[in-house]
Amino acid sequence: MSQISRRKLITTGLAATAGVSGLAVAAKLAGRFGLIPPDAGVLYGAGETLTYAAQRLLTRHSLAREFAPSQVSKVPFANAVAPPSPEFQRLQQGAFADWRLAVDGMAARPASFSLAEIKGFPTRTEITMIQCEEGWSYIAEWKGVPLSHILDLVGAAPQVRYVVYRSIQTDWWESIDMADALHPQTLVTHGMNGDELPVPFGGPLRLRVPRQLGYKSVKYITRLTLTDSLKGFGKGLGSAAPEGGYAWYAGI
Amino acid sequence: MRILRRRRPRIQCPTGTPWYILQMADSLVGQTFVATAADTTLPPRHSAVVRVTHWLITLSFLALLLTGVEILISHPRFYWGETGNAGTRPLFTVPIPASRGTVPTGYGYVLPDQNGWSRYLHFQSAWLAVFTGLLYLSYGFFKGHFRRNLVPARSDLSARGLLSVIAGHLRFKPPSEQEAWSYNVLQRLTYLLVVFVLFPFVIWTGLAMSPAVVSAIPALVNVLGGQQSARTLHLFASGFLVLFLLVHVLMVWFAGFRNRVRAMITGRPATPMERA
Repeated sequence: MSQISRRKLITTGLAATAGVSGLAVAAKLAGRFGLIPPDAGVLYGAGETLTYAAQRLLTRHSLAREFAPSQVSKVPFANAVAPPSPEFQRLQQGAFADWRLAVDGMAARPASFSLAEIKGFPTRTEITMIQCEEGWSYIAEWKGVPLSHILDLVGAAPQVRYVVYRSIQTDWWESIDMADALHPQTLVTHGMNGDELPVPFGGPLRLRVPRQLGYKSVKYITRLTLTDSLKGFGKGLGSAAPEGGYAWYAGI
Repeated sequence: MRILRRRRPRIQCPTGTPWYILQMADSLVGQTFVATAADTTLPPRHSAVVRVTHWLITLSFLALLLTGVEILISHPRFYWGETGNAGTRPLFTVPIPASRGTVPTGYGYVLPDQNGWSRYLHFQSAWLAVFTGLLYLSYGFFKGHFRRNLVPARSDLSARGLLSVIAGHLRFKPPSEQEAWSYNVLQRLTYLLVVFVLFPFVIWTGLAMSPAVVSAIPALVNVLGGQQSARTLHLFASGFLVLFLLVHVLMVWFAGFRNRVRAMITGRPATPMERA
């Protein structure tokens, strides 16, 4: 009896040690390869880390599904947003001629682009679905400048790991990792269904991230910040979403 | 364990030990082995892996159910095809108020929004369910649990055999003591359906709603007819799992709730002597 117990004790002890050191090595590797989301420390961060790590390994370069023109929703749905600020109303009265997108942070040539300049950049048009975390969805044709083009223009530093983007509605800001920031379908969007991007859908400028849920596609963007760490932004959880109780990564 | 058992002196059987305990001990140990009903060296009714995974799945399923309902409440309308929203015609509507004011429900009020933590916990519980399921499946395949305990005997699958079990259930015939040590053919078929059809399908339809996952594997959603179809099918699959849960608990109740739950915790049902 005592012999069996001792053997059991030794094997269990060895297995536990191997397990713990295995986990520690896995955590270190995951950190190095960018598989730990900034909200990993919240209450359900363990599940979130598994989701983000698994989907990053699976989807680094995959393309969001694109649809045929016949599949574009006849009734797109614009979710409610907070009432526009006086600043927004002033710009809207001027047909957004004075709207600017500032790009700062770890860039060789920080810049501020006017709406007209952005519309002059090379565009990409794609028919993708936008899915709200609530459960509803629609398909639209989006037209915009790939975010990667803007990152090239400002000379993003090689150590940049995240792009933080802010709405003119100051309580709405988000960030994405470089897998999504450099992704060809991630667009600084200014057109929808063959027209200007309507205000209820985020006009004049919306960042479309089609591999994530709708709340990552922030409306009315005015500023991009390139950074290697999200610690200094808000509560350090990555974006306004986890501060409001929602996951930072929304690939689901 | 086997060594221990051989060294153990034979215990004389107290008078009145039921025949099936003796027979069970015989068949399990593979030799004439006399034991008391309370002998703890008998292999348990449910193995440790089955018991642990059973309660882990219970925990994750209840969390998934609660959070799933909370997520549903934010948009209790269901659609077929790729897209659907408050401006399109639903396939059907769950007649409950919503937690978002933008959804037309016919109710004059909006429920509190619980989506944030519900989504976090839903996916964390899904991971727990997946890891537990993988442990259970590998145990079930490699240790013969499925072959031995869940795949029904060919003779039990005859129409006559099935009908007699169904008739017994309809007459609320209580299970005999012997039946506490094995599953009948209806139980076996139901468990196989839950393990190999419903759980995989609910995970599949869940993944088919993820824009990132389907960017890598578009077939996951395309064969279901679209993202909203996947959402609707996810609801149906969850509904069947809830139905299973209700019938399962009801059956455990009829068969003797305390004793069956005890067997799933300690591995052993109480013997008639212990209960006396």
